[in-house]
Amino acid sequence: MTEMPLTGRARPDRAPHTLAEWKALGGYEAVERGLRELGPERVLDMVDDAALNGRGGAGFPAARKWRFMPKPGAAPGDGPSYFIVNGDEMEPGAFKDRILLEALPHQLIEGAILAAYATHCSEIVVLIRDAYRDAIRNVSRAIAEAEEAGYLGRNILGTGRDLKMWVHPSAGRYIVGEETALIEALEGKRAVPRKRPPFPAQSGLWGRPTTVNNVETVSCVGPIVANGPQWFQSLSRTAEGGTKVFAVSGRVHRPQVIEAPMGTTAGELIERAGGVSGNGRLRCFQPGGGASGFLEPDALDLPLDFGHVARAGSMFGTGTMIVLDETACPLGVIARHMAFYGRESCGWCTPCRDGLPWVAKIMADLEAGQARMEDLDVLQMTVEVAGPRGRSFCDLMGGAMSPLGTGLARFRDLFEAHVREGCCPIARDHGRAAA
Amino acid sequence: MSLSSELITAIEEARDHHGGPRAAMVESLRLIQMEHGWVCDAHLEEAAATLGVTTAEMEDVATFFSLIFRQPVGEKLILLCDGASCWLNGGEDVRDRVMERLGIGFGQTTPDGKYTLINICCVGGCDHAPAAVIGRDRKLVGPLSPDDLDALFGEDAR
Repeated sequence: MTEMPLTGRARPDRAPHTLAEWKALGGYEAVERGLRELGPERVLDMVDDAALNGRGGAGFPAARKWRFMPKPGAAPGDGPSYFIVNGDEMEPGAFKDRILLEALPHQLIEGAILAAYATHCSEIVVLIRDAYRDAIRNVSRAIAEAEEAGYLGRNILGTGRDLKMWVHPSAGRYIVGEETALIEALEGKRAVPRKRPPFPAQSGLWGRPTTVNNVETVSCVGPIVANGPQWFQSLSRTAEGGTKVFAVSGRVHRPQVIEAPMGTTAGELIERAGGVSGNGRLRCFQPGGGASGFLEPDALDLPLDFGHVARAGSMFGTGTMIVLDETACPLGVIARHMAFYGRESCGWCTPCRDGLPWVAKIMADLEAGQARMEDLDVLQMTVEVAGPRGRSFCDLMGGAMSPLGTGLARFRDLFEAHVREGCCPIARDHGRAAA
Repeated sequence: MSLSSELITAIEEARDHHGGPRAAMVESLRLIQMEHGWVCDAHLEEAAATLGVTTAEMEDVATFFSLIFRQPVGEKLILLCDGASCWLNGGEDVRDRVMERLGIGFGQTTPDGKYTLINICCVGGCDHAPAAVIGRDRKLVGPLSPDDLDALFGEDAR
């Protein structure tokens, strides 16, 4: 029996627990222990020893991010430091944070209290995307309960610390999930990413020290403090700690969220999702959402964590796989992704604002059999100019180039066939995408 | 028609609660939308005045966020996912059937004012693909099938 510390306590219908129900399951013991016995430094050390990498996509070690935050009195000027929980899950193929927000709000709050405590923050903001209305409601209610019980509010658990927490419901736009854009959004501005440095830990929300972490990252903190870093490490099959809330979708029989040890292979996850649908034979998959590069069946045994997937030429990202069988056209997937990223560009910098719609148009032409061979050179050039660590202001366009670049590298014949044959050869032979 | 006193109070509370007037702009627009379905010029100006920000600042934010509606929307909102996972499961067949049934495209409202159809990025419902979120409470529905759109239209489906 695999341990599932993050989703194991969720009810099948995703109805959230009341605070009393959560406490009966051991809830808030970690908060009591952290705040009464351990102290902020020890909590931070535990997260460090647990090797918790950020689950929002970049995989940056959570504790290292937290250590950028100034100690009390060390931050210039007056005012609070902020801890922000990023619940703006909008990456294509990502549906892992939804369950943590909807079904397990107290787990999130516990983690946020401990994280805010360790980073010397006195205010916590949870930004949640508009489409997750149940999440907005459930987290808000749970916050009210936690306030009532003295875990939030004035002088929490007699520590002399005040801790406020609230939900900020957002109103669309994928770019809000970029951490500095998110801060802009909270300040009531258009969500255009900020220049770094300064980093949020130096100057974030309202110019104050700020840490932004993903919902899943924050949800890990309670279990780490409750059971210890060695336990968290031992859940993983690799050097990166913990379980991962994976998700598998696309051409599989039972698309679903799967919590499994970090380092679980793609093959195992696909099997648990009922196996490949369509014609039953895997063509390729994206291991970590829309902005991750394609991998092929030879990567089925690859342990999925940030390090292994990066070395295999893709990105672990959100750990949410999109699966394609042989009757699904990767160009169709790329076309949808490019349309998405193009539409969601904040419009600030030219390569992204103008480049992505151009790429999306070429992809649409390819799909319709109306592209020319020279168009493939334009796609390739765009990948080289704007690919990861390329010349756009933030990572949105670079991320978008990953599926395009790996698609061009791995499926060049298929791109050319779309031009040569004047149609999508896969759709011609197998019909339009319909599982 | 001006904003109700309840709505004004709610906007004032948002202003006083979470970091001041600017921070409360999106929330104010959302509150107006929950009650009226969309944000008209008069309401936007009134909310700006209540918060103490300029109309231009309010407009700036209102036009950035894609789910703040600056024109009237139908009684029933259908936000159809156009993400890759839904596409892989026949999302475009559903899309075509919905458009055919309503006689409108994305971003449009039926002439009787009943339905507005909007395409939206991945709704985090890939385990229900093809999926949509509907109505003011953004209820997740799916897997949708072109032959059975009851989840979207209920009794109006046929």
